[in-house]
Amino acid sequence: MTAIDDNVLTLDPEEARRARQERLERIGKWVLPLAIMVLAIVLWDRICVWNEIPQYILPRPGVVLQTLHNDAGLLFSSLLVTLRITFFSLLLAVIGGVGLAVLFAQSKWVEMSFFPFAIVLQVTPIVAIFPLINIYVDNQTVKLLLCAWIVAFFPILSNTTLGLNSVDRNLRDLFKLNGATRWQQLRYLRLPAAMPYFLGGLKIAGGLSLIGAVVAEFVAGAQGQSSGLASRIIEAGYRLNAPRLFAALILISLTGILIFLVLSLVSHLILRRWHESALKQER
Amino acid sequence: MLLALRSVGKVFSNGVTALSKVDLAIREGDFLSLLGPSGCGKSTALRLIAGLSTPTSGQLDWRGAIDRSNIGFVFQEPTLLPWASVFDNVWLPLRLKSVSRAKAEPAVMEMLSRVHLSGFENAVPRELSGGMKMRVSIARAMVTKPRILLMDEPFAALDEITRFKLNNDLLELWQDERFTVIFVTHSVFESVFLSSRVVVMAARPGRVHGELPINAPYPRDEAFRTSPGYAALCRQASGVLVDAINSTAGSQNDGH
Repeated sequence: MTAIDDNVLTLDPEEARRARQERLERIGKWVLPLAIMVLAIVLWDRICVWNEIPQYILPRPGVVLQTLHNDAGLLFSSLLVTLRITFFSLLLAVIGGVGLAVLFAQSKWVEMSFFPFAIVLQVTPIVAIFPLINIYVDNQTVKLLLCAWIVAFFPILSNTTLGLNSVDRNLRDLFKLNGATRWQQLRYLRLPAAMPYFLGGLKIAGGLSLIGAVVAEFVAGAQGQSSGLASRIIEAGYRLNAPRLFAALILISLTGILIFLVLSLVSHLILRRWHESALKQER
Repeated sequence: MLLALRSVGKVFSNGVTALSKVDLAIREGDFLSLLGPSGCGKSTALRLIAGLSTPTSGQLDWRGAIDRSNIGFVFQEPTLLPWASVFDNVWLPLRLKSVSRAKAEPAVMEMLSRVHLSGFENAVPRELSGGMKMRVSIARAMVTKPRILLMDEPFAALDEITRFKLNNDLLELWQDERFTVIFVTHSVFESVFLSSRVVVMAARPGRVHGELPINAPYPRDEAFRTSPGYAALCRQASGVLVDAINSTAGSQNDGH
């Protein structure tokens, strides 16, 4: 009896190798990037020391960390300004992108007529549009929001439109057979079907709205009209305060990563039960 | 008589004649199979009956007060909402008629028990096997108690064991409720096992080639499946089908 049980538990060499490989991959996924990151920071520090690089050109990592701590009040209040613009522009991008996509989905004609405008808005560099916005819009926050929105809304619009139009033909027939109204079809069929596409667009838009906010602040900040992180960077640049510049840069990067992680989590939580992308690989 | 197709034809915008002069009478309580090779227009006929498409010529005569709410449709694929639970999928036709979850619950649960899926109401489709998904699809089609059930090769993608089981369960359901079934298939064995009438169709253009009454008594079970009578009926249906296929080949050769 025990011999049989032992046999059941013993893996053949191929399966054992595969299990070992999986275990290694699981650990390596976290350990490797962290190790490389630590290595890079140590190397950065050593390069500063070995070459006696002055602080205003390349500060040592420790100094940047120190600045992050010392200037925390200033930097985090600026981060809050940038975050507010990022968040509201993302919210507007979701409302605008989904709203327009729903409108497009109502009729092929509407989509054909208006989609080119959305593309024009997307492909024109925001830095080139900003001076115009600056002329037409007085309110500083509205200016920045508009900029970040233009950058962020397109992926949501284009992905959601694709999703709304990718509904299974038979399901559409089923709804038709059951006399579903346009609204019912949208609510019970097309919007849920578009959800994975929308969430994919949202992940891109999250990063883009941060980029949009920072770029808008840069252009506005050059005119001394902004108090976000970008203007801290410009200011630090003028004053050759490289440690603060690096500290602000690191904050922006961390914010971007955080936004991506949060949106990935949201996406996973919504799709985990049914969508292929969120399911665990089974062998 | 429930429905009569009178000289019904369908020509698609690309010029293909899917159906030509189809005459067909469907009686209340019939289990009618449309049997034929691919391209013979059997699915097109079903879509016309469902009202998903309109005939180019001829007409469909409905007898009695029948509208779309009296029709259930089962597609070739289970065609479920992948994000919704089994309960929500079966509830859907009622939900689209503004029946609340609480009000729909008895009907939904009863249908789920009829298709042997009690206890699975909270599962999502990906957690079910192919056969179970098809059972959900049947429960969804039946939850509104339709008078006529249209099935478009519903079991074609299933393995034989599952198909046999679903055949038995479908017959059981049909015998209890006595709704009318129009069942599209390309399987001679399936059509003979299930139907009270088999209508054989031929292709290019799609048309009715012949009809075969299946006079074996219901209930039909595994014993019937292995009986000489069943084998003889299958042979007979096969003969008509081969004849239909040959007539198509003949008309093609004539044309060229």
